[in-house]
Amino acid sequence: MEAFSRLTAVALPLMFDNIDTDIIIPSREMKTVGKTGLADGLFAGWRYVAVGSREKSPDFLMNRAPYADAKILIAGQNVGCGSSREHAVWALREYGFRAVIAPSFNPIFRGNCIRNGIVPVQLAAEEARTLGDAALREEAEPVTVDLDSMTVEMAGAGPFAFALEDDSRLMLRNGWDAIDLTLQHRDRIAAWREADRARRPWIYLETGR
Amino acid sequence: MDTLFDILWSEHLIADIGDGIGLIAIDRVMLHERTGGVALKSLAAAGRTVMAPRQAFAVMDHIVDTLPGRSDRTLMPTGTAFITETRAAARAAGIALFDLGDERQGICHVISPEQAIVLPGATLVCPDSHTGTQGAFGALAWGIGSSEAEHALATGTLRVRKPATMRVTVTGRLADGVGAKDLALHIIALVGSDGAQGHAVEFAGEGVAALDIEQRQTLCNMATEMSAFCAIIAPDEQVFAALEGRPFAPHGAAWDAAVAQWRGLASHPDARFDREVTVDAAEVAPMISWGTSPQQAVPITGAVPSAGEGAAANHRRALDYMAIEEGAALIGLPIDAAFIGSCTNSRLSDLRRAAAVVKGRKVAPGVRAICVPGSGAVKRAAEAEGIAATLVEAGFEWREPGCSMCFFAGGESFGLRERVVSTTNRNFESRQGPETRTHIGSPELVAASAIAGRIVDPRAKGEA
Ligand code: SF4
Repeated sequence: MEAFSRLTAVALPLMFDNIDTDIIIPSREMKTVGKTGLADGLFAGWRYVAVGSREKSPDFLMNRAPYADAKILIAGQNVGCGSSREHAVWALREYGFRAVIAPSFNPIFRGNCIRNGIVPVQLAAEEARTLGDAALREEAEPVTVDLDSMTVEMAGAGPFAFALEDDSRLMLRNGWDAIDLTLQHRDRIAAWREADRARRPWIYLETGR
Repeated sequence: MDTLFDILWSEHLIADIGDGIGLIAIDRVMLHERTGGVALKSLAAAGRTVMAPRQAFAVMDHIVDTLPGRSDRTLMPTGTAFITETRAAARAAGIALFDLGDERQGICHVISPEQAIVLPGATLVCPDSHTGTQGAFGALAWGIGSSEAEHALATGTLRVRKPATMRVTVTGRLADGVGAKDLALHIIALVGSDGAQGHAVEFAGEGVAALDIEQRQTLCNMATEMSAFCAIIAPDEQVFAALEGRPFAPHGAAWDAAVAQWRGLASHPDARFDREVTVDAAEVAPMISWGTSPQQAVPITGAVPSAGEGAAANHRRALDYMAIEEGAALIGLPIDAAFIGSCTNSRLSDLRRAAAVVKGRKVAPGVRAICVPGSGAVKRAAEAEGIAATLVEAGFEWREPGCSMCFFAGGESFGLRERVVSTTNRNFESRQGPETRTHIGSPELVAASAIAGRIVDPRAKGEA
């Protein structure tokens, strides 16, 4: 996973609440058994003129300069709700997004962001709205997300502080994989299972069927 | 003074890794071909193996067709790869697979209890957002992403931020003709589609205890639609009876020991929840959704509401999408199709109730009506009981088990902008087809509307 320390980039403001994972990537766009080849399907329902088409809809902000180069998404409440599909995050990442700013996140989506090198920046609703409005108005003005100072700002808005649990920050900051991090506890896990096997033997299935 | 959630959390806590994140032992992992295959493949590509292969299970449910005579070929373009690659990865990993042609095959959340993969007090995860359905058995079951599934498979654990707790107490009992689906939509409309975000929800009270085990699954299933971390109901004798003797349940002395322990799984009477919501079951009417979020639901006799404070943009968008006006009645809206199925409402009792409504009647001309049983076991039981015949005689298509048209993945779907009444859990934009307009409701409501050719109150008997 690519490490993240500080990013200054164009932000795409999609200030709707409940942007669900079906909107981020519709089921029909999840064509392969893999984590790649998804960027073209990102926001497909909004981005193209018709289902299955690749003709860009002029109404969708991401189809217009400079937003086509956005690496930061600004959204409304409860972003990433709906299906748990990680494809939503893989599609965002493959397109180039490295941060999502919103007043609230669906927890599965948020966890998926962290595991794939996208920083979930949770701000107060007014702060997110201020940034979103500014990003819409000052088209070319980039937004900066900084994992060292834990702030986000743009010319004329912010800085606004945000928080992340240490664990997540560590993974994003160093580009670490959570499995590596957990396997540092390997012995502890083995010992726990040994004790649990005595306590709840029925959990440990001995034979497959 | 622990809540049931707290009890299960501490029982599975291997280590506290700071910031409210626990390293939690995972007892069961379920996978399906849409999001599980990729986890197995990616795990193998990283040179890792499944730590406890006996405790992991894979099933084909999302992408397989549900038409009779189905095979690895799918209506979804590129769907075949999901099936064949998941099959190969599951075999290579040495995990149990409920494949096409296996009589145990069905929707993951429906077959898990049928096989007693889910057990009271166990932790169960699946890269699928409706995994909380299985909390109806007193398990700690929640949906995860594919990377987390890899983590669970490789380490037998997950790093989980501890959610807050919320109790939804249902006082009194539901009226006749009102079921768990209505109760769920009632609660979601009350608290909102993010109303339980960050919370482990326990459903409790007389109105919940009175639900049979299938209705409890419907209720827990819908907790996902209020963004709950998970849903749970304290297990009772009904739960134990439903699991006893099933393939992966403990047997003999191990069963007795397990049940003895499971009987203690309940929130302490003085337990403190971070949030409490109380709902009076007597106030719940048959519900139907009007918009593009499950919170946009009203009693069947109601009308499309006006925008709430600060929600105008979303509200307008939903009205436009659904081609519906503020103040319009839901009853009487003409429909193009009716769908009975999904992990919400595809169990035997759901189909039984739908069949009772359509018995001796015919689906309205021009309406496409489809029923998809949740599992092979449900299908066989429904055929044996005559439910299937009743539905087919009425004009319903009778399918092979799977997710089917609960969601549109590029293959089979309802038509452009068609209006569909559906027993599924999501009325999102294009969820069931390109710009399809989905209204979700109970099996009775969907069945009665299919007959009438328009949305009707399922309690209005004989109306068609
Ligand atoms: S039936 Fe629908 S909601 Fe349930 S698991 Fe399948 S696709 Fe998801």
